[in-house]
Amino acid sequence: MFLSNKPVKKFLFLCQLYPIAGMKILVCISVVPDTTSKITFVENNTQFNSAGVQYILNPYDELAITRGLEIAEANGGSVSIVHVGLVESEPVIRKALSMGADEAIRIDALASDSQHVAEEIAKIASDYDLILTGRESIDYNGGAVCGILGALLDIPSINVVTRIDYAAGIFTFDRDIDGGRETIRCEGKCVASAQKDLCEPRIPTMRGIMAARSKPLQIIAPQGKGNFATYSNFELPPSKTGVKLIPANEAGKLIDLLKNEAKII
Amino acid sequence: MSVLVFVEIGDGAFKKTAFEAVSYSRKLADMLGTQVVAVAIGKGVDGLELGKYGAQKVRILSCSSSFTADAHSIMLHNMVHESGASIVVISNTYTGKSLAPRLAQLMDASLASNVVSLPTLNGEFTVKRAVFSGKAFAYVHLHKDKKVIAITPNSFDIKHHEGIATLEEFTMTTPISKTTIDSVNKVSGKIVLTEAEVVVSGGRGLKGPENWHLIEELAAVLGAATACSKPVSDMGWRPHSEHVGQTGITIKPNLYIAVGISGAIQHLAGVSASKVIVAINKDPEAPFFKAADYGIVGDAFEILPQLIEATKKYA
Ligand SMILES: Cc1cc2nc3c(=O)[nH]c(=O)nc-3n(C[C@H](O)[C@H](O)[C@H](O)COP(=O)(O)OP(=O)(O)OC[C@H]3O[C@@H](n4cnc5c(N)ncnc54)[C@H](O)[C@@H]3O)c2cc1C
Ligand SMILES: Nc1ncnc2c1ncn2[C@@H]1O[C@H](COP(=O)(O)O)[C@@H](O)[C@H]1O
Repeated sequence: MFLSNKPVKKFLFLCQLYPIAGMKILVCISVVPDTTSKITFVENNTQFNSAGVQYILNPYDELAITRGLEIAEANGGSVSIVHVGLVESEPVIRKALSMGADEAIRIDALASDSQHVAEEIAKIASDYDLILTGRESIDYNGGAVCGILGALLDIPSINVVTRIDYAAGIFTFDRDIDGGRETIRCEGKCVASAQKDLCEPRIPTMRGIMAARSKPLQIIAPQGKGNFATYSNFELPPSKTGVKLIPANEAGKLIDLLKNEAKII
Repeated sequence: MSVLVFVEIGDGAFKKTAFEAVSYSRKLADMLGTQVVAVAIGKGVDGLELGKYGAQKVRILSCSSSFTADAHSIMLHNMVHESGASIVVISNTYTGKSLAPRLAQLMDASLASNVVSLPTLNGEFTVKRAVFSGKAFAYVHLHKDKKVIAITPNSFDIKHHEGIATLEEFTMTTPISKTTIDSVNKVSGKIVLTEAEVVVSGGRGLKGPENWHLIEELAAVLGAATACSKPVSDMGWRPHSEHVGQTGITIKPNLYIAVGISGAIQHLAGVSASKVIVAINKDPEAPFFKAADYGIVGDAFEILPQLIEATKKYA
């Protein structure tokens, strides 16, 4: 249906002649506690306890950067990194640069939630041809920055993507849907969120690490109004009271217990 | 002022998450002294069925275009506007996750995803949401007058209501999407992992993909979905869509059975919200036993056939 349409065909043809010259890709990164961190809270459970916690680049964002770099390398273009956060995040921003990104922007505000982050990023994002985020940040799990950016910039948002290809002005994505996967195509600007399977994360080389030290890291002042939501306090899940062991040679008893004791099946 | 709940249709019927979302919305509407308007986009369903779960008004939009987040969020926003709703409830499925953020932005609403409780309304509108991939919960005050709440599947019981809903079926011009769906691949007849009540999951202890028939058989007799640990999907034994944990999906079934999975912190993050956890591992020191309600220390290859047999006996 799409290809039989004459004006579209002409558009495709023009795109082939003039693919996005010097494609500009923006990757949004979040800085999160290492996945092995023990999660605890202080100040009467109102603050995350960051004592002894190692902060890392959000694993999904690592995939977004890697695929962004691959697309920029294959088509000619550049990758910029953006992060909303304070100066403490800079080592992680440098890591993103050491993977191969060209430059970074840090918006100097303490990120309060996905809506606040998207509002800040939208201010600088309109120049880019492709914007990438992670599927979700593994700390606050909003899973929302991609969609909010799409609405703010009035461009398509394609979330949980496991493939991004670009050819002749068109981005093609595979994305996870409930109970399956779909392929979706988009001509022109869009924002997508990276899901596992998109690519293998790139490991910074020694040369990359050296080069990252002198790459531009611009710091800009926040402009957003924020005030969407406030985290008031936290709580840990109730701990298990102890496991009930069933002898291996009477394993079938488990089903009995699940049915008659736990009443769960 | 009403509560608008967006419900999903799958395979020509309302999904289970639809009934959960309507039940939740009815409780919320009762707290606020208002009504529930349920909206669905699709065909082939009996909208009045939603009345049995507490919807007072049901609006079914028939629309022939395939689902895209940009166009559908605009349609949904139009419906929110028409009904004067200030709160929207959506299930936190993949579909919900693609719609809710866009909708919140269009409505100028506060957004909360992964919500696991009804709000409290003492001065502030506060919801409880799962954070740190299930390792903790947070209470969040939503400040905007309007709110979009995306609720975690399996977090609310379905409640029956006596009431009868009014039904309206209508059409709307689909806004032009800048995207085109080329193909959709759905595994039909399989239970969707994120919505499953029972999940049977396998780890590296199963040795290889050729042994997965044991996991699948137990899942089949229990009416369960199948899942796996990260290395299992990394090695390609199972599709990545089955990988649960901190970097996979987070699930909240009633029953999670982990077979040959050690119970690393990143794995537990994605499954610890399950109501009952069973660990099966040949190593009595496996960390999973600390997170489990029931455990069997032994060889999965001897235990799984026994469980399959025992379940069949009950069926
Ligand atoms: C950044 C990061 C993110 C991660 N995210 C995730 C994630 O999202 N999800 C995830 O699962 N992991 C994740 N991991 C990996 C995690 O740390 C563990 O390595 C992984 O969960 C281990 O998988 P496993 O339990 O299947 O394998 P193993 O650790 O190898 O455990 C296999 C278990 O099977 C048992 N076993 C062996 N043979 C038998 C038998 N015949 N019968 C019964 N039991 C047997 C063994 O005793 C052992 O406990 C992540 C790691 C990192 C660094
Ligand atoms: N503080 C931040 N600065 C820049 N990008 C962010 C920030 N927080 C989240 N993101 C991006 O948005 C994605 C989803 O985050 P969230 O909506 O918070 O789950 C992350 O994977 C990042 O790509």
